[in-house]
Amino acid sequence: MFPTPLERTSRTWQIGYQSLLPVAVIAWLLPLLAVAMFSIKPSGDFTGGDYWSWPSRFAGFENYGRVFTDSPMPRYILNSFMITIPTVIGAVALSCMAGFALGIYRFRFNLLVFFLFIAGNFVPFQILMIPVRDLTIDAGLYNTKLGLVLFHVAFQTGFCTLFMRNFIRALPYELIEAARVEGIKEYQIFWHIVLPLMKPAIAALSVLIFTFIWNDYFWAVVLTQGPQAQPVTAGITSFNAQFGVAYHMLSAGSIVAALPPVLMFFLMQRHFIAGLTLGAVK
Amino acid sequence: MTDTTAAALDHSWFHRNRKTITPWLFLLPAILFFTVYVIYPIIQSISLSFYKWDGLGEAEYVGIANYERLANDRAFTVSLVNNLKWLLLYLLAIPAGLFIALFLNQTVRGIRIYKSLFFFPFVISQVVVGLVFTWFYDPNFGLLNGILGSVGLGPINVLGDPALATYGIIAAGLWPQTAYCMILYLTGLNAVDPEQIEAARLDGAKGWRMLWHIIIPQLKPATFIAFVVTIIGALRSFDLISIMTNGGPFGSTRVLSFYMFEKALSEYGFRMGYGAAIAVVLFFIMLFFIAYFLWSMYQDEKGR
Repeated sequence: MFPTPLERTSRTWQIGYQSLLPVAVIAWLLPLLAVAMFSIKPSGDFTGGDYWSWPSRFAGFENYGRVFTDSPMPRYILNSFMITIPTVIGAVALSCMAGFALGIYRFRFNLLVFFLFIAGNFVPFQILMIPVRDLTIDAGLYNTKLGLVLFHVAFQTGFCTLFMRNFIRALPYELIEAARVEGIKEYQIFWHIVLPLMKPAIAALSVLIFTFIWNDYFWAVVLTQGPQAQPVTAGITSFNAQFGVAYHMLSAGSIVAALPPVLMFFLMQRHFIAGLTLGAVK
Repeated sequence: MTDTTAAALDHSWFHRNRKTITPWLFLLPAILFFTVYVIYPIIQSISLSFYKWDGLGEAEYVGIANYERLANDRAFTVSLVNNLKWLLLYLLAIPAGLFIALFLNQTVRGIRIYKSLFFFPFVISQVVVGLVFTWFYDPNFGLLNGILGSVGLGPINVLGDPALATYGIIAAGLWPQTAYCMILYLTGLNAVDPEQIEAARLDGAKGWRMLWHIIIPQLKPATFIAFVVTIIGALRSFDLISIMTNGGPFGSTRVLSFYMFEKALSEYGFRMGYGAAIAVVLFFIMLFFIAYFLWSMYQDEKGR
């Protein structure tokens, strides 16, 4: 292991390291801790220009309560879920199939199709912006959740296919050959043999895509407006406009908006990290 | 020929060619979606960049006029230079991520929680990161000036100063990006061959020499991915700029992705053709890197 394991170092460094850890983490998260502290301060603390003292009393419940009762925030959050979950299902489904095709079969253009998916996944959003916006308007899907979902599914399919294909490539190929010898049909091989083995990849991708789509801001601004369809990333700007300089509310709103992917991460950490490393770093 | 034999023939034709047809059937939905929403729009944007179009009326063909105008557009030059700053400074996330990963690569109690907490910023949306850092930099109550003040410096208005604003935004972007690189390296460090390390230790290698000659070469796959995601992240920067400064002060924090958006969907009338031309420039910058990534991946594929 590198660096030298702590057990093999001097006693002073061991103590030093153990006490350095919490200090480092606090320093690293300082900007966020400040916001968390703001969000539990009562409004009176701010009117006095007193930003940095300890909260005079715990006002977390009323601040966070107001985020849900006095603003369209619940609507935005619901929109975010209604955009994110169908996208995850769609992108994972499409890429399971595409990854199966590219990972199992040898055929002409295999690598070309695969590289096209990878390349497409890396292009800047702006080169797609105008045509995708026009297409969405023409289809009558501007300012609808479906319009966003369809685009997200299409775009995420690039990344997901890269991931799925590499995962399937690493499966034992003899399994598929044995199945063919048994006379099992190709689609059954996909459904009964490969798909069950893909469960960890599906879990990893789902968590990751959930986070990506939840956090999307650009497409939300390009394809939607107003509380009817906007997800929370775009909605937070109107939320901020509503509350102006009420920093306790702005902070509470930001934390609410950020929370779902954070919870997802802490609950599904292992899958999340497997996804992030693109399955390439084992 | 009776119907039944035709069906049988049909079935056997499919049966004989099933290994050729099946992959394309499985690929069909993905290719369809991807073509409609990604491949075709790229071609449309490139073509649109030779037109003048307000998004409503007829588009008017203007040849390379949009590109000629770009050459004399100061806002475009500023954006391009800022993109370069983003690219170069964003790469700092890689050594910073490695440093933190090395720091955290121990097996003490509770280390998993510490790793998660360090990774935390990456999971938060850039919009919230932008808000958090806007308040962090705030000249009136921001924590930064509080800290600077306590050591007798400041106050500075990071986002209000055209000379500092871009760097302030990049610093905010480095926060989650460093976290991402850190996690890549932590996973990579897990896979480093312990026998090589022990062998090198017996040979008297340690510290920097060990890191440079033994560890970093073995982290190459992690470094490659860190490089890819950092370059892409740098060129994609939009959310932070939009939230933190909206391109200001005096347009000093614009980058191509932001400037394109601003032009195409401007409040003063849509300039789609000009916007498309900016997007095409950004696309070709990105294409240069994409080509390199694909080439590396291709070498890898051949090697298998």
